[in-house]
Amino acid sequence: MLQHTPLYDAHIAAGARMVDFGGWEMPINYGSQIEEHHKVRQAAGMFDVSHMTVVDILGNQARHFLSYLLANDVAKLQTPGRALYTCMLNEAGGVIDDLITYFIEETHFRLVVNAATHDKDMAWITSQARAFDVEVKERPELAMVAVQGPEARAKVIALLDDADAQAAAELKPFSAAQFGDKFVARTGYTGEDGFEISLPADSATALWDQLLEAGVSPCGLGARDTLRLEAGMNLYGQDMDETVTPLESGLGWTLALKDDRAFVGKDALLKQKEEGVANRFVGLVLKDRGVLRPGQRVVTEAGEGITTSGSFSPTLQKAIAFARIPGGAAESCQVDIRGKLLGCAIVRPPFARNGTVCEGII
Amino acid sequence: MSNIPSHLQYTESHEWVSSEDNGNARIGITDHAQEALGDLVFVELPVVGDEISQGDPCAVVESVKAASDIYAPVSGKVVAVNEDLEGEPALINADPYDDGWLFEVELIDSEELDGLKDAEAYEESLED
Repeated sequence: MLQHTPLYDAHIAAGARMVDFGGWEMPINYGSQIEEHHKVRQAAGMFDVSHMTVVDILGNQARHFLSYLLANDVAKLQTPGRALYTCMLNEAGGVIDDLITYFIEETHFRLVVNAATHDKDMAWITSQARAFDVEVKERPELAMVAVQGPEARAKVIALLDDADAQAAAELKPFSAAQFGDKFVARTGYTGEDGFEISLPADSATALWDQLLEAGVSPCGLGARDTLRLEAGMNLYGQDMDETVTPLESGLGWTLALKDDRAFVGKDALLKQKEEGVANRFVGLVLKDRGVLRPGQRVVTEAGEGITTSGSFSPTLQKAIAFARIPGGAAESCQVDIRGKLLGCAIVRPPFARNGTVCEGII
Repeated sequence: MSNIPSHLQYTESHEWVSSEDNGNARIGITDHAQEALGDLVFVELPVVGDEISQGDPCAVVESVKAASDIYAPVSGKVVAVNEDLEGEPALINADPYDDGWLFEVELIDSEELDGLKDAEAYEESLED
C-alpha cells in the first residue's frame, strides 16, 4: 500500500503521472518533464516534497548532539534560522544519509532527511541520541512544498501579509523563518533561487492552489532529478551510500575536519585522507549523441570507473552525468553505452544554475 | 485514453506497423508507449540496408527517464529511416503515428503481418 501526501488529490487534478517513489505515490511529471524543467530555470515551478522526513531535535543538548551526529559542524549555525547541508555517517565514514539541518533555537534544531531512508535514519538517530539529553520528534503532520525558479520568491512573498512579506523578502540564502503556520526556508534542490515551505498538512492544498493561481507550474520528481543533476547536487542512494565516504562522493566540502570536534565517522575519514582517496567524483558531458545513465562503465587512462547519475540535460541539450573514477588528471574519458565507447569531457559540476550553463562546462 | 488508429497493426511491445501502398511496412511506437516513456531525447535507428528479424531489438528510443528497445515487428530489409528524428526526437511525442515514424522495411514474409494485433486486440492488451 503506497503512502499519499496531503497533495495527492491536487496532483491527480493537475493530470499527474504518478509513480512509486520509496513507498510514496508521487508525481513523476504532469505532461512534459522537460517543459517543467525549463519552467524552473526560467520562471517558477513547485514540487510536492511532503514525503521527506522532518525530525525535530529538542532539548538542552540539541546542539551538542548534532555536533556529534553530523559530519558538518553545527557550530557554523549561530543565527537562528540558519541552515546547513551535511552528511550523517556511520563509524566507517559511509554515508547513512545527507540532510539539511536548521537552527531554530538552542533547544530546537530541525533535520530534513530523505524519504527512502526514513526507517534506517530514524533508527540511527534515535540510537545515537540515547547518550544525550534530547528528544527526537518526527513531524509527520507537516507537508512541504518547494517553490523554485527566478520568479519563485516573489510568487510566495505576494501570498504573505505585509509584515511577513517584508521579512520573507529579506531572508538570506540558506536561512529560514516561521511566518504564521508556514516555516519558510530559502533553500532548494534545483540550482535556482526559491523557498521550501513546511506547513500543516491541512493547509497544504490551499497554498498549492494559490501558487497555481499565481502561475507557478506544478513539477514532478522527473524534473527535480534533472534540475539537481545540472545543479551538481548529489542524490542519496545513487551518488553516495553507506559503502562510500563523502571524500569519494564530491562532498569533501561538507566536512568539518580541522578542529578537535569528535563526530561519528571522523576517524575513518582522517585515515582515508592520510592514505589518499583513490577515487575522484567528477562531472561528465557526452560529446556524441546519446544519453548517459547511472551504472555505465567509464574508461579512463588510469582505469575504469562508473557513472552514478546520468540523464539528458535540458539546459545543455547534451547528456551529462556524475561519475566515480580513478584518481589522475585526465580531461576526457569514454563511457560504455550499449557496448559502444563514446567520448566524454570530464568537468567540475555544477553544469547549470540560475537559468544558464555554468562557465567551463561546454 | 491513448490514441489507437484502427488502420494500423500492433505488437505487445507497443510498436505499430503500417502497410504502405508499395508493400513495405512502416514502423513506429504507439501513443501509449510515447506517453509512458515521457519526453524523448534520443533515437538510435537501424541503418538503411540492415536486415532485421522479427522479434529482435533493432532500434533504441531514450526518454529523459529511460532507454527502451524497439523490437522488429516483422522481418525484412530496412529501406528508409526517419532522419528528422535525429534533430527532433520529440516528434515521436508530438505525433507518434505520422511525423514520429521510425523506419520502413521491405518485407521478407508478408504472412508475418497476420500474426500482429489489430487495434481492438491492442487496446484490450493495454487494459490487462
